[in-house]
Amino acid sequence: MTRYIVVRLLDAIPTVLLVLTLVFVAMRILPGDPAVAALGDFATPEQREAFREKMGLNAPLWQQYLTFVVSSLTLDFGVSMMNGRDVLGLIAYNLPYTIELTIASVLLGVVIGVPFGVWAATNPNRAPDSAMRGFSLIGYAVPDFYLGALLLIVFSLNLGWFPINGGGEGFLDRMHHVFLPALTLAFIKAAFLGRLTRTALLEVMGRDYIRTARAKGAREPRVIYRHGLRNALLPLTTGLGLTTLTALSGSVAIELVFNRPGLGKLLISAIAERDYAVIQGGIVVFALFVVAINLAMDLVYVLVDPRIRVS
Amino acid sequence: MSQDLLRLTDVTIEFGPPKKPIRVVEGVGFSVAKGESVGLVGESGSGKSVTSLAIMRLIGGRVVQGRIELEGRNLLDLPASALPEIRGRDIAMIFQEPMSSLNPLMTIGDQIGEALLLHGWRDRTARRDRTIEMLHLVGIPNAEGRLGAYPHQFSGGMRQRVMIAMAVACAPKLLIADEPTTALDVTIQAQVLDLMKKVRRELGMAILLISHDLGVIADVCERVIVMYAGRVVEEADIRTILTRPQHPYTRGLLRSVPRRNHEAERLYQIPGSVPPAGSVRQGCPFRDRCELSVSRCAEEMPPMFRFGSSQSAACWVTAAAEGVAQAGAAA
Ligand SMILES: Nc1ncnc2c1ncn2[C@@H]1O[C@H](COP(=O)(O)OP(=O)(O)O)[C@@H](O)[C@H]1O
Ligand code: SF4
Ligand SMILES: [Mg+2]
Repeated sequence: MTRYIVVRLLDAIPTVLLVLTLVFVAMRILPGDPAVAALGDFATPEQREAFREKMGLNAPLWQQYLTFVVSSLTLDFGVSMMNGRDVLGLIAYNLPYTIELTIASVLLGVVIGVPFGVWAATNPNRAPDSAMRGFSLIGYAVPDFYLGALLLIVFSLNLGWFPINGGGEGFLDRMHHVFLPALTLAFIKAAFLGRLTRTALLEVMGRDYIRTARAKGAREPRVIYRHGLRNALLPLTTGLGLTTLTALSGSVAIELVFNRPGLGKLLISAIAERDYAVIQGGIVVFALFVVAINLAMDLVYVLVDPRIRVS
Repeated sequence: MSQDLLRLTDVTIEFGPPKKPIRVVEGVGFSVAKGESVGLVGESGSGKSVTSLAIMRLIGGRVVQGRIELEGRNLLDLPASALPEIRGRDIAMIFQEPMSSLNPLMTIGDQIGEALLLHGWRDRTARRDRTIEMLHLVGIPNAEGRLGAYPHQFSGGMRQRVMIAMAVACAPKLLIADEPTTALDVTIQAQVLDLMKKVRRELGMAILLISHDLGVIADVCERVIVMYAGRVVEEADIRTILTRPQHPYTRGLLRSVPRRNHEAERLYQIPGSVPPAGSVRQGCPFRDRCELSVSRCAEEMPPMFRFGSSQSAACWVTAAAEGVAQAGAAA
């Protein structure tokens, strides 16, 4: 078990390096001169040169790369090229909003999607199953920013049940603010997890040990939840990881629609302003997040499946 | 007979859409007395599993006709909600696939304990003690230390032992074992059969042992039901089956029993194969493979003829040769 965890941790190292390299390359081939972006079209060549020197953009590429990797791993992202504010501070302010949006949307997605999937799987080819299919079709077809805008108009503007923008202050207020954006993101997650639960559970319910459970006198709810769903949890864990990852990227559009702080919104404005330091910092943190989620999923596997635990 | 524990009468089972049913089992009848061990034998595809799952009411198909009585109560009349009480407590079942029949995510202690919990064993310590006792009974070494082990930590033979322990934990009146040793290799097979005999002796339950191998049945059972193409074709006590089988199919099965000390010998095989379910509409289902068949065999399905006090078989030719009467007809 300990060995498994250590191996997973070691496995993550090349992934992190690969991600950092990709970010580095992407930043270099991005069109536009950061000096021009930062200083404006009217800066003199000398001013631009001084800016490049200061930002380390004149050093040889490999040196820039090393500096980038080391500073990324130590979370030293420097200061914003636009306003001179500490990048780490900007991220530290925005990140919690994105995390709470992600967690809330995944939770809502699970709470809606999994029971729906169970309901469909235990009534295959009947009304609940068709409802599931219809729901997931809509879930996939409706773009999240559109759904978000719709919910915003109905529940915030017209009914006034929820705040219109911002992130909120204090726990309850923040939960109040995060609900609609999270529900928006949860919609497609529920569709995805619902389908996944249905497929996984249907597959598991045909296994021999399900017949064994019935043969020893277990009633259907116990057969479904104790024996069925628990075994369907393995494929579900993978799906949960995937959907958590899409929650991160989905938060970009949703934070804009609901005008709430967050990593996505920070990144979008940084890209618009060609604020390299913020973009780099933001993407690195995003990427580390992804790696962390994958790692967490691997650990969940261990907890769920005894076969991994011993080997 | 009042001492019948289980009695099947004219059981007919269909699969597929009700408008175009496939008849997989037809008119099957037999009984198992209290404490008796009965074998159900026939080639693969004869309908043995479907019949046994119907007794547990665990099949996807429909029992369209007949009665399945446990101590006089027709199980087919019971609502689905009444079945869990019977399963595991009155009738328990073990299956062919020991590798996949246990829940991979639950410890074997929990799985046996669950069988007990489901039938009224409320007390945790009592459950644990009983689980250990059962594991001892089926010969799992260091039973106490293995309670927390998972199925993948056991070999196939050991898992089948665990399955048996779980099935008999509530001391059922009847244990149905569907090809319990088919997936195991020969030495393990013999051990598991010995174990079934021992468990039956100690707990006094009846056994319905299902196998395609008459040798396996002969090892454990007192009486044999032979099934072919979804029907019972012969029934007799084991000695009679081994010495004077009356149905040509039973004779073929007997010739094809592997003899343990004759490994080099090529095994006899009945020529041809079991007709697909529902394909025989007229005459004797065995006629295409039968050396004795006469023209009548193609026209009329032979009824069960009584060959002696404990033997009956469904064959025109052997019945005529012995000059015996139809079973159930006035003597
Ligand atoms: N779910 C099912 N749907 C349709 N046919 C089935 C189904 N289960 C079993 N059968 C058919 O019933 C017949 C008997 O099967 P089975 O009872 O498993 O035979 P055995 O156990 O004697 O080998 C076979 O021809 C098989 O194809
Ligand atoms: S009835 Fe005819 S075909 Fe059938 S087993 Fe007897 S002899 Fe063979
Ligand atoms: Mg079978």
